[in-house]
Amino acid sequence: MALSKIKSSSIADTAIHGRRNLIINGAMQVSQRHGTSVYSQVNSGFNLDRFKGNSYDGGAATGKFTVQQSSTVPNDFSHSLLVTSLAATADNANNIFNIEQLIEGYNTAHLNYGSSSAKTITLSFYVRSSLTGTFGGALKNNDRNRAYPFSYTINSADTFERKEITIAGDTSGTWVGSTNGMGLWVSFGLGVGSTRSGTAGAWGGGDMFSSTGATSVVGTSGATWYITGVQLEVGEQATPFEHRSYGEELALCERYFQKHFGTTDASYYTAYAGLKWSLNTLFISFPLRQIMRAEPSASILNKDGSAKSNVVGNAAGNNNNDNFTAGNMTLQIGHDGVAMFTIGLDYNPDINYAYNAFIDNSTRIDFDAEL
Amino acid sequence: MDNNMNITSANYTVGFNNIGNGSIKATINGVVWSVPLDPANRHYQAILEWVAEGNTIQEAD
Repeated sequence: MALSKIKSSSIADTAIHGRRNLIINGAMQVSQRHGTSVYSQVNSGFNLDRFKGNSYDGGAATGKFTVQQSSTVPNDFSHSLLVTSLAATADNANNIFNIEQLIEGYNTAHLNYGSSSAKTITLSFYVRSSLTGTFGGALKNNDRNRAYPFSYTINSADTFERKEITIAGDTSGTWVGSTNGMGLWVSFGLGVGSTRSGTAGAWGGGDMFSSTGATSVVGTSGATWYITGVQLEVGEQATPFEHRSYGEELALCERYFQKHFGTTDASYYTAYAGLKWSLNTLFISFPLRQIMRAEPSASILNKDGSAKSNVVGNAAGNNNNDNFTAGNMTLQIGHDGVAMFTIGLDYNPDINYAYNAFIDNSTRIDFDAEL
Repeated sequence: MDNNMNITSANYTVGFNNIGNGSIKATINGVVWSVPLDPANRHYQAILEWVAEGNTIQEAD
């Protein structure tokens, strides 16, 4: 086909191309931490992948709302994020109850925020609630001194509605640019006090999480709020949600969080070569599935996510073929796709020998490099 | 700070070949984490804020 037959509109910047969505896991498909279980939201705790919540009433608050991956969805989606209010939490000027996603600077640098060439962006999402009225949210910078509160209206109870919010780029303030820091903060308010709420529809100073006068979901016991199809894209127009493959979405999430298991087969262990780290301590190199945003933290758990008290495996192998029990396992560093763990032993390893360290099949290791 | 984590303990681990400090073992929101000394790590950032509030990271055993 002659090149002249290709419509220029199909390749223009205004056309719909792939890789538009700056939000990761906007379709709420990936839930590595909690699966479909009900998660009781703690302050600054992650629920579905890349999404976290704050539960703050002047101090860290618990028992205010739960989050769960839900199959109640609008057309063309399989999952949503469900918030359920557990109590009628009173309004307080310092309240911050919300769901948010912090986008990495490498993924937002092209927005040119803080310069005269800052780009207009559009946020779109599907939302449903048992409540109706005006709800709110906000975008802001890493320094938490530039914010754009926004509002949207839910017209009908218990019905998904699509919302579109166009936001002029912020030409002021300090933004992290092309770094692994926090490039853009996207908050959906569930009950935010007056000191953290601002006038909707304009950039201004302040550390805002929502818009003034927004409906409080946590203010009504039993109230529900669902969201899915969250998309943030360059331009003045919301385009259809960009459905990426599950594998792509999982890989994107794993830059920030990875959950590893030992084998699922009760008959097998995973083995890693170990060398002496220090007195009574080995180290092993543990492969990560993605290079993570920063050096991750690591937590050793039982497979169900409960605390694992101590032993994670055992280690064996020197010229005497000794076997000895491993104790606490501790991440030391983790970058370039490899995590290095130390394992405490009841034996002082010989620096001239390599050892096999076994991680048993009841073990789960979480790696966290979230923003 | 409003989005702080609840840190109830933190102690250093021994560095390589018994030299210096390795990572920090900390209980954060009820979960034990090994936290590397990376300024970009959110748990390490939270621990530094916790220290600035007057708390102390215990030395390695």
